[in-house]
Amino acid sequence: MKSAVVVLPGLNRDRDMIAALTKISGTAPVTIWETDTDIPDVDLIVIPGGFSYGDYLRCGAIAARMPVMRAVAEKAAKGVQVIGVCNGFQILVESGLLPGALMRNTSLKFVCREVKLQVANANTAFTHRYKPGQIIRCPVAHHDGNYFADAETLARIEGQGQVVFRYAEGTNPNGAINDIAGIVNDKGNVLGLMPHPENLIEPAHGGTDGRGLFESALGVAA
Amino acid sequence: MPVIKARVTVTLKNGVLDPQGKAIEHALGSLGFEGVGQVRQGKVFDIEIEGTDAAKAEADLNAMCDKLLANTVIENYSVSIT
Repeated sequence: MKSAVVVLPGLNRDRDMIAALTKISGTAPVTIWETDTDIPDVDLIVIPGGFSYGDYLRCGAIAARMPVMRAVAEKAAKGVQVIGVCNGFQILVESGLLPGALMRNTSLKFVCREVKLQVANANTAFTHRYKPGQIIRCPVAHHDGNYFADAETLARIEGQGQVVFRYAEGTNPNGAINDIAGIVNDKGNVLGLMPHPENLIEPAHGGTDGRGLFESALGVAA
Repeated sequence: MPVIKARVTVTLKNGVLDPQGKAIEHALGSLGFEGVGQVRQGKVFDIEIEGTDAAKAEADLNAMCDKLLANTVIENYSVSIT
């Protein structure tokens, strides 16, 4: 399984993501840049977290309009798996690959802590290594993770099982509607989530709860 | 080259929670301003466009809003040529 990591000016979690993908798949991902319009033949594209383009205008807004995102959208339309974490999730909603929007945390504060996540749908390409309803630990670090969608969109994504992760046990750090932490598109091949599973993949991190997501997506044995 | 000057105003849609507006509202209250009701914050863009064709400029500005300046999932925009 071949993977690629998108690197943009201002992202800062790209090295963590490259390390996680390398450790879990045994192969280093290809790196693609903001002006790349040709993405090599890969099975998984990951957009990591950070502060692309300084969060100017809106988080992820500028990145979503860069040439590389048109190429990512074309790959996604062909069924290639795409994961966006944190700023990567913001970029996916800004580019229209995922529904809804990510707004300022209701506390108005940047939150950097560990939360509990419930696997709300374990029947996706990204979560099948988890048990349905399983509660996992995961770190978050963001200022704008407050997921919002209008009532009609919300009813649709809830009805179609597109909500994949929810903040659990009262740990919603940002005011996200319905405790939504991560969603997939209607085809199920694009995932966005605010928490950072790449930072909980080996004992040195203090836990391995995030591995299941990458093992699911990369199709590697647990 | 003549320029057309325009102002684009982007505001949150009704029903979208605005925690920043809420914080500003409280701060105004704590400064002693009485009778401040709801505060909603937004963005203003002053944009200069070369040319004299106001209708074309307005159409371009609307397209700019749809494509970049506003996130129409959560925001409304208005364009005025000054």
